[in-house]
Amino acid sequence: MLLEELTAIAEKTRSERKEISVRCCMSSGCISSQAEEIKKALEMAVTEKNLGEKVEIRQVGCMGLCGKGPIVSVESEGLIYSDVTPENAASIIDALAGGKAVASQADPTHPFFTRQMLVVRSNGGRIDPDKIEDYIEAGGYSALYRVIHEYAPDQVINEVMKSGLRGRGGAGFPSGLKWSTVAKAKGDRKYIVCNGDEGDPGAFMDRSILEGDPHVVIEGMAIAGYAVGASLGYIYVRAEYPLAISRLQLAIKHAKRIGLLGDGIFDSTFNFNVEIRIGAGAFVCGEETALIASIEGRRGQPRPRPPFPAESGLWGRPTLINNVESLANIVPIINKGGEWYASLGTEKSKGTKVFALTGKIRNNGLIEVPMGITIRQIVEDLGGGTPDGKKIKAVQTGGPSGGCIPVELFDTPVDYESLMKVGSIMGSGGMVVMDEDTNMVDVAKFYMEFCVEESCGKCIPCRVGTVQMLNLLKMILERKATIRDLEALEELCEMVQNTSLCGLGQTAPNPVVSTLKYFRNEYLELLQPLPGEIIA
Amino acid sequence: MAVTTLKIDGKEVSANEDETILDVAFQAGIKIPTLCHIEGLTDIGACRMCIVEVAGSNKLQPACTTKVKDGMEITTQTARLKKYRKMVLEMLFSERNHVCAVCVSNGNCDLQTLAVEHDLTHVRMPYLYPKTEIDASHEWFALDQNRCVLCQRCVRVCDEIEGAHVWDVSGRGVQSRVITGLNEPWADSDTCTSCGKCVQVCPTGALSNKGKATGEMTKHREFLPYLAQRRHDHK
Repeated sequence: MLLEELTAIAEKTRSERKEISVRCCMSSGCISSQAEEIKKALEMAVTEKNLGEKVEIRQVGCMGLCGKGPIVSVESEGLIYSDVTPENAASIIDALAGGKAVASQADPTHPFFTRQMLVVRSNGGRIDPDKIEDYIEAGGYSALYRVIHEYAPDQVINEVMKSGLRGRGGAGFPSGLKWSTVAKAKGDRKYIVCNGDEGDPGAFMDRSILEGDPHVVIEGMAIAGYAVGASLGYIYVRAEYPLAISRLQLAIKHAKRIGLLGDGIFDSTFNFNVEIRIGAGAFVCGEETALIASIEGRRGQPRPRPPFPAESGLWGRPTLINNVESLANIVPIINKGGEWYASLGTEKSKGTKVFALTGKIRNNGLIEVPMGITIRQIVEDLGGGTPDGKKIKAVQTGGPSGGCIPVELFDTPVDYESLMKVGSIMGSGGMVVMDEDTNMVDVAKFYMEFCVEESCGKCIPCRVGTVQMLNLLKMILERKATIRDLEALEELCEMVQNTSLCGLGQTAPNPVVSTLKYFRNEYLELLQPLPGEIIA
Repeated sequence: MAVTTLKIDGKEVSANEDETILDVAFQAGIKIPTLCHIEGLTDIGACRMCIVEVAGSNKLQPACTTKVKDGMEITTQTARLKKYRKMVLEMLFSERNHVCAVCVSNGNCDLQTLAVEHDLTHVRMPYLYPKTEIDASHEWFALDQNRCVLCQRCVRVCDEIEGAHVWDVSGRGVQSRVITGLNEPWADSDTCTSCGKCVQVCPTGALSNKGKATGEMTKHREFLPYLAQRRHDHK
């Protein structure tokens, strides 16, 4: 593959485009509400109306407004149709020929769309994830070409350093620093691992990236491979994402076929291959050392760090592990430069972040916003408040490792440090909105149940501590607990946080700690008096 | 290998950089409590009994897997560490049935010894007592899951020393169980050589020789460092 061939593919694809592209979202969410039938109905309507010369129907990835799916968009007309059904789909085509569409429309000027800043998801909802030509037409793989032919490996790392990108898996470790550590580590071979074991309840950012734009992740991995000196990458995807897996498989096959993966990429000496590893349903395998054990074919259990994977990872070799969204940021960073990326966001949290906005909120779906936006702006402007006008009480970020942020703190900017300061974490991007009807003790119990279920069982504080904490939460909810039990719960929280082996255990008490911090009254209201205690 | 100096509980000690805090403390005569650790097997940092404080880090580190660094200042006994270790033991006693009075290992049990050393006179947490199985299918040995603390010593000795890898862990979280073969009765395992190393390294009465009554099961572990050294030399 040469640059001319890449450009030729892009131009050929562009010239074959028809005047009007009708884009039909074919990601998991919309498919589950009949997107496939809708696409067929659209295609049939085009044939019936004899519009085949002018109109094309394309499958695309997630367009964001998942709660109102299936979504169909006609960008040239500036139209976004929501809640489309196979029955009213044909009217969308009628509208193109002067008729009237009966499908409901979303307002493209709503802040939900206008306040977003698409960097990672710029191709999502625009290209057909099954067609590498679509990705190439959108400029795909030119970053890899430039990197291989114009950059020395340390220049690539420097660009990532300059961008200020931090790990999007949740912990926020500076990506450039991680890259340079792996590049400097000594080993006869090195590996790239893409962590796609997204498991926080209510989070589906990585799924939508993998389903909607698999090549951007593959290209990001190849660039990482060039930068640190690795020639093999693994994408670890959870088995619960079958569509993401099949789209990735197809994407890897296509990239190999035209020489964008394999030996001597772009006529250079750089070789890079990507393999998929499928998880077996363990949340803890999102923890990097457990993920490595799982790829190696062992039981997915974390091990103490150090040594960190950057030094001794997969099969004892230096390994670069990045989350899907982190890797998806690499191509834009190379294309537009690290300085451009660093101009987005806040002083310490650069760029954008994708969030899965769910719960009691009008506009459920995926949003990509610049760092530093406040929670209030996300929830009220983009999210549009609660669907039934009820009062919002809190937002939960960071899944089972995160915490609840009460409405009084909604002016907190979304960046790694600020969220940490209010007792939550950025996390991987799950954002669950809770209204006044939500019982916060119940919320804490929900997350603790999750941790009990997902604890691997290796270390005692997490294995037994989570069960003991859950039992205490149940007792409180059943109104059988006293203040002594609440004290015992707090003591357990502190101990499990400080003594657990891995991040899962160390953060398992966070939902309890944060709800206790902001909604202590809800706990106290459920307590029973101690024997002999007189209630005023 | 570079030689370094560091401080453990205020005492100056020297160490090789590939040694762990636990190794160095042991040589200096400083006792750090351990449970999943056993001399001769790879450490996994699972039980958290050996956690220590390292100056400059707010994270507690397991002494068994943490390598020493030059100038490290380590504290092994603080009120906080003692409290956490005691809670770890409390959790273990609450997790399964550890009634010493009716256990074959009564008086010869690592868990019991730790409980005495840490002054664990009673357990404040409710007992979970899950229903667990006993496997007495093997001709000479028995497995009582009720006494298992999931330290994985049996898993490691079988894999690393005997090379049979009969043992592993199935399930997860509080549902974790040590299993033989493909979760089949011990006697049906094709790979078990009946060497009995697992029984000897087991810290509690979970693995025992058949025919032992209460308090009669003593364990002999002298073979382990010797065999581990031989394996090491061979590599």
